[in-house]
Amino acid sequence: PRVCAAANYPLYIRSIPTENELKFHYTVHTSLDVVDEKISAMGKALVDQRELYLGLLYPTEDYKVYGYVTNSKVKFVMVVDSSNTALRDNEIRSMFRKLHNSYTDIMCNPFYNPGDRIHSRAFDNMVNSMMMQVC
Amino acid sequence: MEGLTLSEAEQRYYCDLFSYCDTESTKKVASNGRVLELFRAAQLPNDVVMQIMELCGATRLGYFGRSQFYIALKLVAVAQSGLPLRVESLNTVKDLPLPRFVVSKNEQESRHTALYSSDADNPASYSGVIPPPPGRIQVKKGSVSHDAVQQRTSTDQQESTSPVVSPQQSPPTSPHTWRKHSRHPSGGNNERPLAGPGPFWAPFSEAQPGSSTSSDPIWSGHSPPPHQENWVSFADTPPTSALLAMHPASVQDQTTVRTVASATTTNEIRRQSSSYDDPWKITDEQRQYYVNQFKTIQPDLNGFIPGSAAKEFFTKSKLPILELSHIWELSDFDKDGALTLDEFCAAFHLVVARKNGYDLPEKLPESLMPKLIDLEDSTVISFISEVGEQTGEVGYSSSPAEAPPSKSPSMPSLNQTWPELNQSSEDTAIVHPVPIRMTPSKIHMQEMELKRTGSDHTNPTSPLLVKPPDLPEENKMSSSVKFTSGNTVTDGYSSSDSYTSDPEQIGSSVTRQRSHSGTSPDNTAPPPPPPRPHPSHSRSSSLDMNRSFSVTPGQQQAGVVAYPPAVPPRPQPSQGAGPHVHRPVDAEGLIAHTSTSPQQIPEQPNFADFSQFEVFAASAVNKEEEDEIETHSEVLQVEKPSDSASSLRVAKADGRVEEKASANVPTSAGKGTTPLAPPPKPIRRRLKSEDELRPEAEEHTQKTGVIAAVLASQPSIPRSVGKDKKAIQASIRRNKETNTVLARLNSELQQQLKDVLEERISLEVQLEQLRPFSHL
Repeated sequence: PRVCAAANYPLYIRSIPTENELKFHYTVHTSLDVVDEKISAMGKALVDQRELYLGLLYPTEDYKVYGYVTNSKVKFVMVVDSSNTALRDNEIRSMFRKLHNSYTDIMCNPFYNPGDRIHSRAFDNMVNSMMMQVC
Repeated sequence: MEGLTLSEAEQRYYCDLFSYCDTESTKKVASNGRVLELFRAAQLPNDVVMQIMELCGATRLGYFGRSQFYIALKLVAVAQSGLPLRVESLNTVKDLPLPRFVVSKNEQESRHTALYSSDADNPASYSGVIPPPPGRIQVKKGSVSHDAVQQRTSTDQQESTSPVVSPQQSPPTSPHTWRKHSRHPSGGNNERPLAGPGPFWAPFSEAQPGSSTSSDPIWSGHSPPPHQENWVSFADTPPTSALLAMHPASVQDQTTVRTVASATTTNEIRRQSSSYDDPWKITDEQRQYYVNQFKTIQPDLNGFIPGSAAKEFFTKSKLPILELSHIWELSDFDKDGALTLDEFCAAFHLVVARKNGYDLPEKLPESLMPKLIDLEDSTVISFISEVGEQTGEVGYSSSPAEAPPSKSPSMPSLNQTWPELNQSSEDTAIVHPVPIRMTPSKIHMQEMELKRTGSDHTNPTSPLLVKPPDLPEENKMSSSVKFTSGNTVTDGYSSSDSYTSDPEQIGSSVTRQRSHSGTSPDNTAPPPPPPRPHPSHSRSSSLDMNRSFSVTPGQQQAGVVAYPPAVPPRPQPSQGAGPHVHRPVDAEGLIAHTSTSPQQIPEQPNFADFSQFEVFAASAVNKEEEDEIETHSEVLQVEKPSDSASSLRVAKADGRVEEKASANVPTSAGKGTTPLAPPPKPIRRRLKSEDELRPEAEEHTQKTGVIAAVLASQPSIPRSVGKDKKAIQASIRRNKETNTVLARLNSELQQQLKDVLEERISLEVQLEQLRPFSHL
């Protein structure tokens, strides 16, 4: 599984199986299109807490891409192996929530400029611990 | 003895040391006195020294033979590097820095210089016997300081004792230590008589886990006077001089230093280290300086420094933005984007430390954590106190015991506040989990107390102490949650993970609240929920309580209703909290409920409180003995679901009508209808709820059966005043058993809750998926 936070350009990318990083980049970018599509379709509802995106399945490998977007149009994308069936939707949601919380904590830091890459150690630790949980 | 392989440098060094200790020129045995002196110079804690002596066999032999001495030296090096003392480490540890012996003086520095220089990794070890010529040091210092600065990688240990020691280090690497030492310039003055070696370094090296093994343990000098000289001579060199000057004076330099990028020496000097038991402790002078700086930015010491102002201020220190960002993350304890005085001091201290070459810790050191800050929004404290009270009162240790372990280790200060809270707050009212600041606030607790009906204060007896039983889990969760939110992010997440997702939700909601509400004093209670479905309570006295309690549930409720677009976590917690609240209700024998009617959300806390007060009032009115109250309270504490029943019974028996729970009113009506509604107002319910409760309790699964059994047994006890202690103790035991049962029940219900939430989420998903189609 791999988590990436982006506001149309990646602010933070981390993957646990650290290979195929480039492929993840590609996947995330394509999924961003889908996220945008969903956002525009939502209309009134401003926040899409979670978005289940199961459609992107390559013949060679299966994985699910989950999206999450905040009020400020910051998108969190999570790519999970389909083989990891233990991940329930609720867990995905909680992971996104944690990500969102960490992200807002980073935002509180006056030294962080929105749009910068995220270098926070605390954020890294949180993401790592979260991914360790899943893997 | 274990075979010992020494590198060439080590061989030479040890040989020198041995000859130094070989006062009797036996070439065989090192004088015990010298050896001990040497070990003392090694700045190791006494038990470590003993351990070393045992390991090397000296205690066995009674003297230090050459081999023993060498082994001992190697072990000293091992210990100084922060590694555990093991026999295996003698040969397995590679690149072990040479053992360093402070103080003592100097040995032939030139000789050691050669040794040291060969050891690029490690700073020199000096035979600390011969006081190094001051001049040499200065020279070295000048040239080395810069090198040292660059070399300084991780963790320079702050020398808690006199900085002077550094001068004695002649080897080129000594500047490292020197720098460190100089860090405590003014502190050195006080420290001069470096009394005992003190394990200053040891703790520091542990505090810096990341530090490489090549950290330079600095040994405090044993002989202050020579050090002083050297130190003083040092002082001349640094621009700021006045090494001996008090901190404030040096502090000024600090500001200039800040503006000067390279100000290494001056910074070091400035760094005061008086009596550092903890390398991160802030000295009084430092603190005073920080406070003054705080005042320049924000005159009100109780106020906050906004993030932008703090950013400018700390940017002046010329640290890289990344490090400043990390410092901010560490020091902004409550993640509100602003720094309180404590937070500011911690941040300032970290900046100073970083400028002096210390690496930033991953977590905020204990001594830098904001201490008890009076904040209105520290409902967390209430939870703690409640949890603690439970512990104190009923001897119910499971809840607090669970909470602390789940807490991240970096919150020792919070842990320490627990015992205080336990005794200080008698309040049992459960405030909804809205901890804004992790820092405990006694004042807040007092406020919470005041909020309770005034009569309660006069009777800080068991009823008050009785924690509303229906929220033990909630407390547990809240406490764990609280810690998570209070802790640094990493810790918070890890600890929260240990709990079910619900606490996490609550924690996140709490966290979110913190970030949103920021410093507003209003944080104690979340914004008043939308008009509660139930009518206001009948009792005026209970109004406050209702309001305070209702806030919680209301907030949760609001979270569900009014805040869907708001922070995402919020809806979850409300649901999480709601189901939790209802858990006891479930325990009473209700089927797992999926829907969380808003009415019921606030019920539990209100109910719990009310019943508690009711019991209290009842007992007070009836002039029943404390034991009865205790039994009642115990009952309340232990049996969540049976609480209402018992309290009802008590109320009924006493004829007390006092009521609080307005929330209970509707539930009372609904009790018969909505299984989820917790026992409504005791009064109303008295008549019917008790009956309902009894049969309901007994009708259920084994869980409720147990409760019912306890329930059934309960009534008999309270009535017998005569038995007093025995009865109380028996009931205590029973209650404890019930507690454990209920705890188990709680966990099961939590699991059910999770499942229910998941269903709900899937339903929501479907709904949203269908939503776009509606537009088509």
